[in-house]
Amino acid sequence: MEKEEVVLLDFWASPFGMRARIALAVKGINYEHKEEDLSNKSGLLLKTNPVLKQIPVLIHNGKPVCESLIVVQYIDEVWPHRSPLLPLDPYQRATARFWADFVEKKICSLESRKIWAAKGEEHEAAKKEFIESLKLLEGELGNKAYFGGENLGYVDVVLVPMYSWFYAYEKCGNFSFETECPKLVAWARRCLEQESVSKSLPDQEKIYEYALQLKKRFGFE
Amino acid sequence: MEGAVVLLDFWPSMFGMRTRIALAEKGIKYEYREEDLRNKSDLLLQMNPVHKKIPVLIHNGKPVCESLIQVQYIDEVWNDRAPLLPSDPYKRAIARFWADFVDKKIYDLGSKVWKTKGEEQETAKKEFIESLKLLEGELGDKAYFGGENLGFVDVALIPFYSWFYAYEKCGNFSIEAECPKLIAWAKRCMQKESVAKSLPDKEKVYEFVLHLKKVYGIE
Repeated sequence: MEKEEVVLLDFWASPFGMRARIALAVKGINYEHKEEDLSNKSGLLLKTNPVLKQIPVLIHNGKPVCESLIVVQYIDEVWPHRSPLLPLDPYQRATARFWADFVEKKICSLESRKIWAAKGEEHEAAKKEFIESLKLLEGELGNKAYFGGENLGYVDVVLVPMYSWFYAYEKCGNFSFETECPKLVAWARRCLEQESVSKSLPDQEKIYEYALQLKKRFGFE
Repeated sequence: MEGAVVLLDFWPSMFGMRTRIALAEKGIKYEYREEDLRNKSDLLLQMNPVHKKIPVLIHNGKPVCESLIQVQYIDEVWNDRAPLLPSDPYKRAIARFWADFVDKKIYDLGSKVWKTKGEEQETAKKEFIESLKLLEGELGDKAYFGGENLGFVDVALIPFYSWFYAYEKCGNFSIEAECPKLIAWAKRCMQKESVAKSLPDKEKVYEFVLHLKKVYGIE
């Protein structure tokens, strides 16, 4: 077996970083995890992602791959023989990519930040749209155990990191995801039974503390 | 592989142009249907209920939405000719990165260039040019981003070239003066029939932008 050197530049609270962690764990790949201080980015981060200067960055045998969705697809293509994340059929792949893109646009957008970072009208509008988007995802999940069918797939990996932020959203926004989207919460808990997921997501209380810190720091009060 | 292919599209859409180019590169016959975006067809609303946007590629009755997803789908289904993505996973990741960069930067910044004025427009112009220069850097000495032939990034970016004239007129600047290598690349792409037949005339796009400015009350 050839020597593989895999490094992940990451930030513990980042849902984007969590995607890469889950994909690596699902494939059983040993890697070096490097925690970045986003207020003081390392020379390595700035060198390996000069265009966007963001984590996660996957460095495989010295070569960087940036953007979490691209990182997950890369991992799936380099290690195709274990736990495939994307289906083989082109139409099913297009559908998986569509819903991953939907998560990016609707669940992980700057707008959704307003659920915990804003108040009043802005918060209410953001919350309403967010719940509607989660309901569309529930529709796509249907009666399947996972978006990927009987096993974790691409959309599961892309979406489940947001679950670690749900508690923070609920506390800041005074509502319950379980009331609004019980099927999705059931799906998320099912994912957390998988070690690759439970080991990759931080504790939701810690995320809530972090969200409170951000609110203070940026004056969202 | 065979089967009916329909494209729901709108003539000035850069996103629709990507799919047109990909279909042309692969030599796929398809039915082009022009949508009136102020009066979207039932078919569009049925095929893309989530976003209600064009382009929508319908293959054997099944819809594929989002232009970059369509281009990858076309590349994977008709995988015996004119490959758009490289076969090496690392090179694929690089191609996806730059196509994603085009989506993140070029559309929004270009829109700001024609929609805004004064300080806001100057900032948009500056960032727009900076982004094009980064793309020039990625192109390097290659004929195309895909190497010796059109690739994924070429298909993702070249549609914006049909809007450059409108950006230049609205923003009162010359993209060629700032990014000559990129313009040279664009002209090289335009020599390909798959591209030339897929991009609308730049004057028509400019007229369309002027019309939009009126509609939105932008002066």
